[in-house]
Amino acid sequence: MTRCGSAPNDGSDAVVVSCGFAVFVFMPLQWLRGPRAHIGKNTGPTLIPDRGHQGSLRVAPDGEVRGSGAMMESVEHPERWREHRGGDPFGHWHRGPFWLRNRGNGPLRRDQDDRLVGGVAAGAAAWKGVNVTAVRIVFVLIAIFSGGVGGAVYVAAWLLIPAAGQETSIASQARNDPRGIRLAIAVASLLALILLAIGALGDGWFTSWAWPQVISAAGLVLIWRNAPPDEQAGLRHLIEPLESTAASSRPGRRTALRLGIAAVLLLGGAGWLFSARFSLALLRPLGGVVLVITGIVLLLGPWWLRIARDLVLERAARIRAEERTDIAARVHDSVLQTLALIQRRADDPQKVVQLARMQERELRSWLFEGRDPNQPDENMTVASGIRQIQQDVESRYGVPVEAVTVGDCELDDSLNALVAAAGEATVNAAKWSGASVISLFAEVEPGEVSIVVRDRGQGFDPEAVPEDRKGLAESVHGRMTRRGGTATVTSGPGEGTKVSLKMPRSATQPRPSAASRS
Amino acid sequence: MSAAVPRVVLVDDHGLFRSGVRGELGKQVEVVGEADDVQPAIELIGSLEPDVVLLDVHLPSGGGQDVVQAIKASHPEVRFLALSASDAPEDVIAVIRAGARGYVTKTISTAELADAIRRVAAGDAVFSHRLAGFVLDAFAAAGGPGGSASEPKPSFDPELDQLTAREREVLRLIAQGYTYKEIARELYISVKTVESHVSSVLRKLQLSTRHQLTRWAAERRLA
Repeated sequence: MTRCGSAPNDGSDAVVVSCGFAVFVFMPLQWLRGPRAHIGKNTGPTLIPDRGHQGSLRVAPDGEVRGSGAMMESVEHPERWREHRGGDPFGHWHRGPFWLRNRGNGPLRRDQDDRLVGGVAAGAAAWKGVNVTAVRIVFVLIAIFSGGVGGAVYVAAWLLIPAAGQETSIASQARNDPRGIRLAIAVASLLALILLAIGALGDGWFTSWAWPQVISAAGLVLIWRNAPPDEQAGLRHLIEPLESTAASSRPGRRTALRLGIAAVLLLGGAGWLFSARFSLALLRPLGGVVLVITGIVLLLGPWWLRIARDLVLERAARIRAEERTDIAARVHDSVLQTLALIQRRADDPQKVVQLARMQERELRSWLFEGRDPNQPDENMTVASGIRQIQQDVESRYGVPVEAVTVGDCELDDSLNALVAAAGEATVNAAKWSGASVISLFAEVEPGEVSIVVRDRGQGFDPEAVPEDRKGLAESVHGRMTRRGGTATVTSGPGEGTKVSLKMPRSATQPRPSAASRS
Repeated sequence: MSAAVPRVVLVDDHGLFRSGVRGELGKQVEVVGEADDVQPAIELIGSLEPDVVLLDVHLPSGGGQDVVQAIKASHPEVRFLALSASDAPEDVIAVIRAGARGYVTKTISTAELADAIRRVAAGDAVFSHRLAGFVLDAFAAAGGPGGSASEPKPSFDPELDQLTAREREVLRLIAQGYTYKEIARELYISVKTVESHVSSVLRKLQLSTRHQLTRWAAERRLA
């Protein structure tokens, strides 16, 4: 708005009007979209390994700008999705002159996930690795100060830059659409005629500002006809409410009143503005601007709100669709593959059981614990250690392991030894007992952690242990006693084997919920 | 245990699973009816009055607990054994708290399932090893013995909020895959005593108003 004070020249009023326009359009849009932008962050474990998200850049600075969770909508189980991108969003900037930086971001593509209109700004932001809001503001400022040329440039970019994940641009599609080209020329020429007529009535700055929009309109026609279906739907969303504002199907009295007041304000403000152009008073054009802006807001306010709402809804729908794709991919990669394997191994019951169990565990941990089995746990805990033992033994020896863990805590040195000893005991049972199933039970108590490995196999007489098993028993025993724990082996021929391991916990990290028992 | 063969109704939305269970159980129980959803199940159970209902935790139009609640009001003598493939703690706890006498996973062997049905028919509780683990975890998370002083909302009867040492012992052994007979031998008690311990745990699970129990189940899901 500082430009308001400059000497009136051709175009400065337009700048003022457009400044106001930009503020009115962008602030509510950004505010409305703001909190929900987090949805994009939480699309979760990318199950299709490379979906071409250049997203980490656009996410982090953005997420900070958009603060409050006041409008946070309930994304289905956001807690299930682990944020795994993380890291410094600018971390992979290369050194060197700016035009050489960020070559790692891939080609410039319009971003379909974070678009407001055509995704040009979002795409450029991701490409350059800068804040998308800043890019948008710069775009609007350019559009204003270039006297409207910026709008045409934006439409051209929309036409020429392919959408993310696509190879061809809309323009290359449009070349094969002669009807669309004719329509675009028709629209452009019609608008040009109207502008010529207005120009003849002697209003230079308006036409100079509006001429580039003729090109934009023609470009929009081409986009409308040749964009991919989802973008066309987006465009339709943009235009439908405008149609209903102009020619409402049921013109209520409030609409009529609103339109009437808007028309008066617009005409009055415009008149004021035009007369002020020939005056040197600095405050009067401002009054005109206020009137015009109020008129525009009254006229188009509900439309903007609806556009904003629709954009947000559409975005949420897109994200849901992506989640569905993720789940489909997961089912395809794991469940269907396993089923195919099972069909081929139908003559080997043990292998079938093993495959089914592995698949079951994988699916369960993904569904109910939100873990991707292909991603190792960063923080090893007792529970994850037990899971690992279960997984290893089942896949290596084909013996099912029924594991139950009560409570949990992180592993320190002595607990690592405990879990390792339990692993050895489990492997031992799988190899020698002949049992059809092994029970693995771990309980974390405030004072100690105990693990019981039990099988109903052939058992053995502890007095007459063969040498090769004695070594193992001793190594389990040794591991435990060195760290201050105990290991008890109970067995008898035909009675199965039970290995009880107990390890005292160091006084640190008690789990808060279980702390009161000590 | 009841002398007669227990009369059983199967409630599960998978027809293949129902016919599989019916075929495998054979003469060990008498399957008198099958239902595939909440409403048909309620009507069928109401008219047949079976000894035991083998109830899937997940049904197309709701959870198994809806069936349990509807039947408990009109036919309190009908007993429920929950059966699930999911093991999601909050589902299991919900159906148990609604009034089911036990919970087993669908991977259970036929002999064990028949045994579980007989035990539920006789009025005992049946815990799978996983459910035993859940319960231990739930009561430990809810404070454990001696931890009730700091609790904001104790139950009307504080005994309901904690397990006795013996009950925890029994649950631990169940979690380790012990049968009741093996537990009795291990702890030098009778099988009847084991059963009464498990029933007592079930009662606490169903009656404890401790909100931590539900919160625990919810937290497990987020872990």
